[in-house]
Amino acid sequence: MSDQQPGPPGAQPPHVPSEPVAPQRAVPPAFEIPAAGPRAQPPTEAIVPRVAGQSLVDGQWHRLHPATPLLRGGIAFVAILGIVIANLRERLIELFIPSPGMEAPSDPIDYILNHGFVGWALLAIAGGLIVIIAIFWLSWRMHTFRVTDEAVEVRSGVLFRTNRKAKLDRIQGVSIEKPLLARLIGASRINVSVAGQDANVKLEYLFAVDADGLRQDVLTLASGVKLAERQQAAPAVNPGDSSTVEPAGRDAGSNVSRFVTDRVDDFISPELDPQAAPPESVVRLTLGRLIGSTVLSPFTGIVLVSVIAGVILLANGIDWAWFWLVPMVLSLGAFLWSSVTKSLRYSIAATPSGVRVGFGLFSTTNDTIPPGRIHAIEVSQPIIWRPFGWWKVRINKAGLSLEQAARGASNNTVLPVGSLVDAAQVVELMLSGRIDGSAWAPLQSALSTRDGIGFVGSPRRSKWINWFSWRRTGYALRDGLLLFRQGVIWRKLHILPLARLQSIRIDQGPLLRALDLASATAHTVPGPVIAKLPAMARDESVRLFDAASAAIVVAQSSDRSHRWASFDPAHSPSSAQVTAPYLGEPAEQGSGPREGEGTIR
Amino acid sequence: MTTPHPGEPRPTPDPLIETSLQELPTTQLPPQEGEPAGRSRKRLDLPDADWRRVSRKLIAVEFISEGAMIAIVTAAAVFAALVWEWTWIWWPFAAFALVAIISAAFIPRRIRSIGYQLRADDLLFRRGIMWQRFVAVPYGRMQLVDINRGPLSRAFGLADLKFVTASASTGVVINGLPEAEAEGLRDHLVAVAESRRTGL
Repeated sequence: MSDQQPGPPGAQPPHVPSEPVAPQRAVPPAFEIPAAGPRAQPPTEAIVPRVAGQSLVDGQWHRLHPATPLLRGGIAFVAILGIVIANLRERLIELFIPSPGMEAPSDPIDYILNHGFVGWALLAIAGGLIVIIAIFWLSWRMHTFRVTDEAVEVRSGVLFRTNRKAKLDRIQGVSIEKPLLARLIGASRINVSVAGQDANVKLEYLFAVDADGLRQDVLTLASGVKLAERQQAAPAVNPGDSSTVEPAGRDAGSNVSRFVTDRVDDFISPELDPQAAPPESVVRLTLGRLIGSTVLSPFTGIVLVSVIAGVILLANGIDWAWFWLVPMVLSLGAFLWSSVTKSLRYSIAATPSGVRVGFGLFSTTNDTIPPGRIHAIEVSQPIIWRPFGWWKVRINKAGLSLEQAARGASNNTVLPVGSLVDAAQVVELMLSGRIDGSAWAPLQSALSTRDGIGFVGSPRRSKWINWFSWRRTGYALRDGLLLFRQGVIWRKLHILPLARLQSIRIDQGPLLRALDLASATAHTVPGPVIAKLPAMARDESVRLFDAASAAIVVAQSSDRSHRWASFDPAHSPSSAQVTAPYLGEPAEQGSGPREGEGTIR
Repeated sequence: MTTPHPGEPRPTPDPLIETSLQELPTTQLPPQEGEPAGRSRKRLDLPDADWRRVSRKLIAVEFISEGAMIAIVTAAAVFAALVWEWTWIWWPFAAFALVAIISAAFIPRRIRSIGYQLRADDLLFRRGIMWQRFVAVPYGRMQLVDINRGPLSRAFGLADLKFVTASASTGVVINGLPEAEAEGLRDHLVAVAESRRTGL
């Protein structure tokens, strides 16, 4: 490039006067270090104010919701207020119930009152408030984001500037969260999750009306459809584009009554925008089933046993059992309340950008997972659910931070409770992004029969390891999927797309060796699903190891899901058809946007 | 150098693998002779794997570190017994010494059990005699490769290579590679991972 000297864009370099500038600019260099200079950002990148109803995905910088600093700092604010009130409590009590006998130790408030500094004190408080508001305003001014063809980018911070950029083809999912407080104001938070510890890009907070459209656009871009194509195709392909979602006349944000109506609507109406996603959830979760499944969970079992023990102790005159009983009952109540309110508005539906899972009554989250981001699926049933035929589906996906996992904020449960039909539909959505009725029969055979058809079982001698479940322990490798089934008391089926597996391991300890057995583990990204087959015949495990490690390589070399919608003739689905010939299963159908992950038969 | 596109079928044997394997200095032990008589036929084994072993010097490293640990614990026990007159300390110490000596006796065997193999598209790794473990990791799953050198390993010219994937439990750590081999292997792994990169 001829622009070796830093200067204003478009300025003709003096030492190459004859060379035209325009053709050079037309061909972008492969990699260019930005011209050296004090400014990291070129001055031309203006920050575009928000216009209601207009797409935020235009490569320009935008600002967030004005209430952002308050919402982000909200908890800290409440905490400070709490400390102040706690410190003043004594004084308030003193005010109403004077106790003449006790002389209060001198504190700042006494000092102020006694010396007539009330005016100064109020002035100081007002000054402090002004400073806080100024900081809030400044931090809002400095907090901007943009979405380009390549990446989502956020800049924030006043003194310490942070610039975080997530490449679109690395996106693992986009969730929209509305904590209760933010929801009252009409703001929501977008969380673009990228694999890695604490690597998520958070756009907090946006106007709630913009969030759905922004997510849709981000995911459309991430799918590999270019911005220009998207705009051309928008009317036909993308009915959920924010420009069509927005009803005209909704931009009158200053109108208080409209604001209130909007907020009320948000609580009453379905959470999903009816135009942005198919409104009907694939799976309905009735209140009775939800409460029933929550009550009949292992956690309640443990608590009930403890409560009974506590009551027995009390009956025998041991008073300190209260200290045991009360927290137990409280924790049970909190657990029931939080699980029911969290799952109450559960919904799951397929969208063009992936599967959308919504949760929450007061604080809502809804997560859109693009194709090819599911690393493991587990369909499970504790024995206590068996009479009702209820199942639960959980997944592993990348981008779950340890901190999220610790406070249970992850949305790894994609079906809290449902019949086998519901579970099969959810599994189909997770595997292929659409419902085609292909999963019910294999799930039924794998989960509800004693000898799963198509599964390589474990030999009778493994009953020394799996006392009850040896008959139900087995694996299957087919259609780009590795299936592990196990458990009698806690029935489980693990479904692992080979294209997403990280590695596979077999091991053998002394006990397994004595029985001529081995165990197998499939490694995925961290999550609640841990795929381990505790015991299988030794020669069978070697066969699994060989077949699976070869099939993983085949599945991964043809996997194109990181840009799932971009059409590449060299890797059309038919040529990239992945099956596992290793077990003699015939190759069949399964061509779709996600070759390599296929469907289970 | 043109690397094949991830989606294309690669010729076997892969030229990338062949060349860089030859570049790697060959310091591995001669392949182990057939199974000694009397070993359990129930042992887990991959029949047609051709393992590369780690350096024999690792045995010395392990012996020295094991010996150092035994020496420290013995000194502590003697101190406690003589100065503080804790005579009972000999009982736990005896148990410790027994375990340590048995473990030391198995060091050569344990280190001979570490092996890896570079296949066309994945890395095979094994270790353990009592608790055997075999892992297969496709090159494309590599997130990063670490090379660590402790002070003792460095004195013997050895290095540990760690292959990190997005899964925390993959756990492929090849101890005791000669430094040149470790670096060659790292460069090779990075190159083959680059040519096979897919999404996460």
